[in-house]
Amino acid sequence: MTGNGSGGRHDKARRFRDAALPHLDDVYTLARYLLRDASDAEDAVQECYLRALRHFDTFRGPAIKPWLFAILRNVCRGEFARRSGPLHTMDSETDEDEEAVRPLWQEPQVSPETEMLHQRDAKTVRRLVAELPEPFREAIVLREINELSYREIADVVGAPVGTVMSRLARARCMLRKAWIADEAEQGLPT
Amino acid sequence: MTCNETDILLHALLDGELDAGHAREVESHMESCPSCAAQLRAYGELQRAMPAAPLRYTAPAGLRRRIESALPSAPPRASSRRSVLKGFAMGTALSAAMAATLVIAVIRTDQDQRVLGDVLSAHVRSLQGDHLTDVRTSDQHTVKPWFNGKVDVAPPVVDLTAQGFTLLGGRLDYIDGKAVASIVYRRRTHVINLFVAQDAASAHRGAKLDAMQGFNIRRWSAQGLEFFAVSDVNAEELQEFVEKFEAALHSASGT
Repeated sequence: MTGNGSGGRHDKARRFRDAALPHLDDVYTLARYLLRDASDAEDAVQECYLRALRHFDTFRGPAIKPWLFAILRNVCRGEFARRSGPLHTMDSETDEDEEAVRPLWQEPQVSPETEMLHQRDAKTVRRLVAELPEPFREAIVLREINELSYREIADVVGAPVGTVMSRLARARCMLRKAWIADEAEQGLPT
Repeated sequence: MTCNETDILLHALLDGELDAGHAREVESHMESCPSCAAQLRAYGELQRAMPAAPLRYTAPAGLRRRIESALPSAPPRASSRRSVLKGFAMGTALSAAMAATLVIAVIRTDQDQRVLGDVLSAHVRSLQGDHLTDVRTSDQHTVKPWFNGKVDVAPPVVDLTAQGFTLLGGRLDYIDGKAVASIVYRRRTHVINLFVAQDAASAHRGAKLDAMQGFNIRRWSAQGLEFFAVSDVNAEELQEFVEKFEAALHSASGT
């Protein structure tokens, strides 16, 4: 509360600004997909940056973006979970648990894979991604839109790389099915 | 390598996450398995159909401004206090007398800062875990009597749901070493803590807005009580809250 060390505080704020503010759009993008609501996303991002500033001393690098994502994710899971429904229920998930999940996503092999996908506008693709259930939505947004590596995604979501990989596989399978179903609904020619 | 393994590893291949050895294994499986090869093409196509850039969002300018303004950027405040002390040391009776009043002002400000610090800590603490309310109800007639015997004031509790501020309940808190009443409201996803304490100065003071650590604090006194409204809502909305609260208070005491 006193002025003691306020020079350091300002220096910290400046370093934080330089490091964290360039990623604002990325953090906001993740918030939009996680919360699926523009004003909730704004609130969550603001809270995320305040927390990040408070804990900036504990940031050890190397990349700040995954660190900000991890904080944002915590914010979303805490205060905003009530409004958006549970972000996910697979916290205790381990690699063994994945086994139980497997049959669900093997079933579509009936074969949409020979079908060509139509290019869709960004709005439609955003919607298709937003409709994916957690934690698959999160995995695909972190990979395809925020372009994180598997290792970084694993760090953000606190799961093993193997789990990230299988979530991503299932996410893409779901997204492709939804994409094709949506094309059919829109009456696009096959 | 089996089809089951390839099912997952083909994604790592697409994402460039496989080392050369594993990539070679997956590729050689593809050569002998048309079904897995078709999958790889299908997911490659999906990946190309969703380029990242158009799927990104741009943070609203207002959000960027709010975050920037929450970062401390003004020159360190300590220097002004130091210059006051320097003035004190300068010597003549006049300057000493002037400096003395300044020092009193500075000390007063420090006291104010400490109280505001307490208010802010209490607010932040209330947001952690399950500590928001001791009595949880939107019924003002339940909240008000709950404070009986717990604090030395009878805090006015008004329901502002119709005005967009939902009453969540009440809580006992400590500011400046004294038990105070906190009435908790919600505005969308934001929590507003309204702390009510006995007014030490016993003079009517106008509303004053402070911003600390990204939170807004509005303090004012009325009817022998001192009020602190704290929240992360923006300053205008907090002002609106204060006005609605005051208006409700006046109409309640008027009837």
